[in-house]
Amino acid sequence: MPSGSATLTITRALASSLSTYLDFVQEILDKMERMGWDKSVLFGIHVALEESISNAIRHGNGEDPQKQVHVECKIDARRFWASVCDEGNGYASDSVPDCRSPENLEAPGGRGLALIRAYMTRVELRKNGSCLIMEKRLDEPAASR
Amino acid sequence: MAKLRRIELSESTNVSVVRFKDQKIIDPQAIQEMGQELFDLIENDDRKKLVLNFSNVEFLSSAALGKLITFEKKAKIQGAELILTNISPEIFQVFSITNLDKLFQIKDSEADALAVL
Repeated sequence: MPSGSATLTITRALASSLSTYLDFVQEILDKMERMGWDKSVLFGIHVALEESISNAIRHGNGEDPQKQVHVECKIDARRFWASVCDEGNGYASDSVPDCRSPENLEAPGGRGLALIRAYMTRVELRKNGSCLIMEKRLDEPAASR
Repeated sequence: MAKLRRIELSESTNVSVVRFKDQKIIDPQAIQEMGQELFDLIENDDRKKLVLNFSNVEFLSSAALGKLITFEKKAKIQGAELILTNISPEIFQVFSITNLDKLFQIKDSEADALAVL
């Protein structure tokens, strides 16, 4: 892993369509791979980006074509930071049932945030949940398991 | 049966073995089609023993997991047995984080699954 590399900042306003952000996510992953990030770590970054952006489109913006998802990523050789903000009204994060509890195992949804928390070092919800901030630091463990 | 776009199907004795055509199961349209093709196996074809072989799958989203969970529920209702196999360590971790390794019956290999079905 190279050290001392400069921070790369990428900002993008994405349309609220569940098929248009995939190329953007791949672009981020490709840049990180070129910076020396290990593929096993990139799997978790991929999960976090996929789940945060699709949640913002599906639940935040309700797939409203008039609304966008605003993504900012800051990346260097050891740290990945991203904010993913939708244009919805937010939600109470404690209203999302724990997908891992036995009574919710068969629920078809509600796993995205649990996966993001598992792979990221730090996850924070702002603006009533309409902004998700996440960070992965290679030298620190994940936020939760 | 209609042409399968998302899965490949083979028969081994009385067991239906499913492999996925997509390496990354992310696209909503593809997930929808995958789900319908899986559902048809038990709801239209009345198959009772199924193996889902994930050897070709490198990534899947929680939306894809949701479709697999719905498939598992439908299989249970129809009295069909379902085993997942050949899951990569990265994808197994996704199942483990979400406790879905407790919902699904998972075996290392297709042979292991065929031995118990």
